[in-house]
Amino acid sequence: MSKITIKEAKKQYGDVTVIEGLNLEIRDGELFTLLGPSGCGKTTLLRMIAGFNSIEGGDFYFNEERINDKEPSKRNIGMVFQNYAIFPHLTVEKNVAFGLKNRKLPKDEIRRETARFLEMMQIEQYADRLPENLSGGQQQRVALARALVIKPDVLLMDEPLSNLDAKLRMEMRQAIRRIQREVGITTVYVTHDQEEAMSISDTIAVMNAGKIQHIGTPREIYQRPANVFVATFIGRTNVLSGRMEKGTLLLVDTARFSRTAWNGVPDGPVQVSVRPEEFVIHPLSDGAEGLPAVLKDSVYLGLNTHFYLRLSSGDAVEVIKESVLDDTLHPGDSVILTLKEEKINIFSEDGSKNYLR
Amino acid sequence: MRQNHRRFRLDVWGWTTITILLLYGLFLLYPLGLLLKMAFSDGMHFTLSHFVRFFSRPYYSITLINSFKVSFMAALLSVLVGVTLGYFMSMYQIAGSRILRMCIVMATMSAPFVGAYAWIMLLGRSGVITRFLSGLFGITMPNIYGFNGILLVFTTQLFPLVFLYVQGAMSKMDASLLEAAENMGCTGVKRFFTVVLPLIAPTVLAGALLVFVRAVSDFGTPMLIGEGYRTFTVILYNEFVGEVSQNKGFASAISILAILITMVVYFSQNLAASKSAVSMNVMRRIEKKKLRGLSAFLVHLLIYAVVFISILPQLYVVYTSFLKTSGQIYVKGYSMQSYANMFSRLGRSIQNTLIIPALSLLVVVLLAVLIAYVAVRRRNALSGAVDMISMIPYVIPGTVVGIAMISAFNRKPLVLTGGMLIMVVALVVRRLPYTIRSSVAILQQIPLYVEEAALSLGSSKLKAFFEITLPMMAPGVFAGAILSWVTLISELSTAILLYTGRTQTLTVAIYTQIIRGNYGIASAMATVLTVMTFISLLLFNRISKDGDITL
Repeated sequence: MSKITIKEAKKQYGDVTVIEGLNLEIRDGELFTLLGPSGCGKTTLLRMIAGFNSIEGGDFYFNEERINDKEPSKRNIGMVFQNYAIFPHLTVEKNVAFGLKNRKLPKDEIRRETARFLEMMQIEQYADRLPENLSGGQQQRVALARALVIKPDVLLMDEPLSNLDAKLRMEMRQAIRRIQREVGITTVYVTHDQEEAMSISDTIAVMNAGKIQHIGTPREIYQRPANVFVATFIGRTNVLSGRMEKGTLLLVDTARFSRTAWNGVPDGPVQVSVRPEEFVIHPLSDGAEGLPAVLKDSVYLGLNTHFYLRLSSGDAVEVIKESVLDDTLHPGDSVILTLKEEKINIFSEDGSKNYLR
Repeated sequence: MRQNHRRFRLDVWGWTTITILLLYGLFLLYPLGLLLKMAFSDGMHFTLSHFVRFFSRPYYSITLINSFKVSFMAALLSVLVGVTLGYFMSMYQIAGSRILRMCIVMATMSAPFVGAYAWIMLLGRSGVITRFLSGLFGITMPNIYGFNGILLVFTTQLFPLVFLYVQGAMSKMDASLLEAAENMGCTGVKRFFTVVLPLIAPTVLAGALLVFVRAVSDFGTPMLIGEGYRTFTVILYNEFVGEVSQNKGFASAISILAILITMVVYFSQNLAASKSAVSMNVMRRIEKKKLRGLSAFLVHLLIYAVVFISILPQLYVVYTSFLKTSGQIYVKGYSMQSYANMFSRLGRSIQNTLIIPALSLLVVVLLAVLIAYVAVRRRNALSGAVDMISMIPYVIPGTVVGIAMISAFNRKPLVLTGGMLIMVVALVVRRLPYTIRSSVAILQQIPLYVEEAALSLGSSKLKAFFEITLPMMAPGVFAGAILSWVTLISELSTAILLYTGRTQTLTVAIYTQIIRGNYGIASAMATVLTVMTFISLLLFNRISKDGDITL
């Protein structure tokens, strides 16, 4: 078991710097997810930890040990690859036993440990099969068993579920989470799927353009995102421009909202993130004070209904509401939008800082 | 794929790269350098006199033009025949297509000079067909000797290369491309020229280049059937081993010129191919259609006629091996006499034809796999150099390789001439480029992460290669090795220069018997070679899953 510390990591491909000045601490035994859009550097960072990508600067530690110059084969990591990387010419059992053989363990111990993990992953009945006869989900289980059986200090998973169908993905998510807790192994998990990240992680690091944008629990990241990028990347949100004046937020020039918690926000222009469920729609007849808007369209999705509206400023916003039996709103209707003020986030004008964190 | 190993590292693979580089230095660059030096030297001083002599006398200079002309035409005709057959056999259901394919492969897998010899027996001055036609109808056959004959032999023997390339390319073409064209009203011949041909053009060009390279470096065919039509390989041989006059500096100069010409063709092909390169993604292979009526008849007729003509020389050689002979002349009746006579002349040829190619093949496969690995997986300046150097022999005619080897290794510090080793070295150097290319292609199909998985599980680099990557490459490499084997056992141009009594191979023995006029014995020996080739190909068909042949 290890904690992982990364200090001032730097990665270059030729003249292009992909990652620079990246710092990270991963606690012992936690499931830590690197989440970000494709090309953000998350897989690159994972492969630097694994030793498959060279490190151009900074220090990587497993506990107190610097691993920068350690061969991948000596780092004692278990890795699960996006395409599983099951050895096609070896049977399931031999795949799982491969790492143990490299460690020159006694034969009966290899057999025992292999059997234990085959059973844990519920693939013992396929032990003698060649991988080509297995389904994607079964191959995934082989990959996981193979990575875990060597009792690695760290488990690295590179988009392990991206090649599975939706149903299997949910199932494997649960399985990975269960086994990770059972074994208690420090795990670094890479994904671009935010729902997957939210459901599986203890801690999420949101990455963009080679930089870590926000590190926090799934809850922190959703509720108080560090900047506008994180707010828009995690879940859906409407970003509006507004003004702060002495703790009062002005939106679309006319609508005013205030909260004592906002008193510390400096005066001046700001960006405001309002998630679709943080708006409340009122018919004009309610007499509520808020943002005037016109309903353009709505989509009924069963549990929720999505409303697409246009503000008087011309901005389009999306509002999600739990569906009701008989919706009285129709395209073209004028409405008033109010906010669930405690939930919304207010950012600096350039979107780089959340004033409410 | 991420390019991850740009820097040179002195690990296991670093040492492998250096070792291979040193081997190439000793066995390729040093002999070639020596050749270059001899070409520009009169023994003491720098001189251009060899080149001046070559270009000032048409007797010599014409040979380069001859070689180029006949090889170019051979490539052109091979493209015409190969593309036509390849297209038809990929698009339509042809009766007996497996056997046809096997025959086409057989046609290209025999030594070209055996084809030349057979065509002389068939269409030569006293050939069977010639006599038959003139006796019956008074028809005089066109002259088989010279340009026509060489072209006939080259085309029938080399069009299969284009054919196999085209079939390979057609199998990578998605059926929906053809259907899309058809949907937009483009069918038949028009579709072939506007859609199919542009898509397979790079492959066709690669096939054409291969035909050209094989044709231009072939020695036995023009020697036997060329007569007055001299190609440079012929005068090269004569100048180097000639009984009348030996002029090694002059031979070296011709070698340099020959390499230059092949290089020019090689690079212009590369340029043309890269300009027309397309990438295709096959989801659904082309489904072969059934032809009906007249078109079915005509297509079958064409294919069977071409295949028959190209396999005819070998069939005839096998046939004549069972004819009764009296001295050098065939007489009426059949017998095994030629085979009986053969044994006394064989010496160690059959053993040599097994041992030398087998040894070469072992080294070729080992080196090719290693070179492919460093070239694909450890890209850096040094492995790039290995990759580039390894392709040099591709443009060097076999005769030139032979000459370079003799020049380099018949003197101290390293004397190899006369032994088996030098023949192995020469064959390895010649065959490597092909095997490296196919190994590179195989390796590129194997994702890097499989190997990384092995490393992450604690394998050493070498162990990951031998336990994971190599076994995954094995089926492809092994299938390729069988084809290499077939080419190696039918090799003549290098062996003819390097052999001694002890190291004579079957092809050399056949050639010698043909030259001496012992046709019956030559036929018997050629039949033995054909049988060896046939068995190898059967083995290949067994092993290779889809019977796909890449050369």
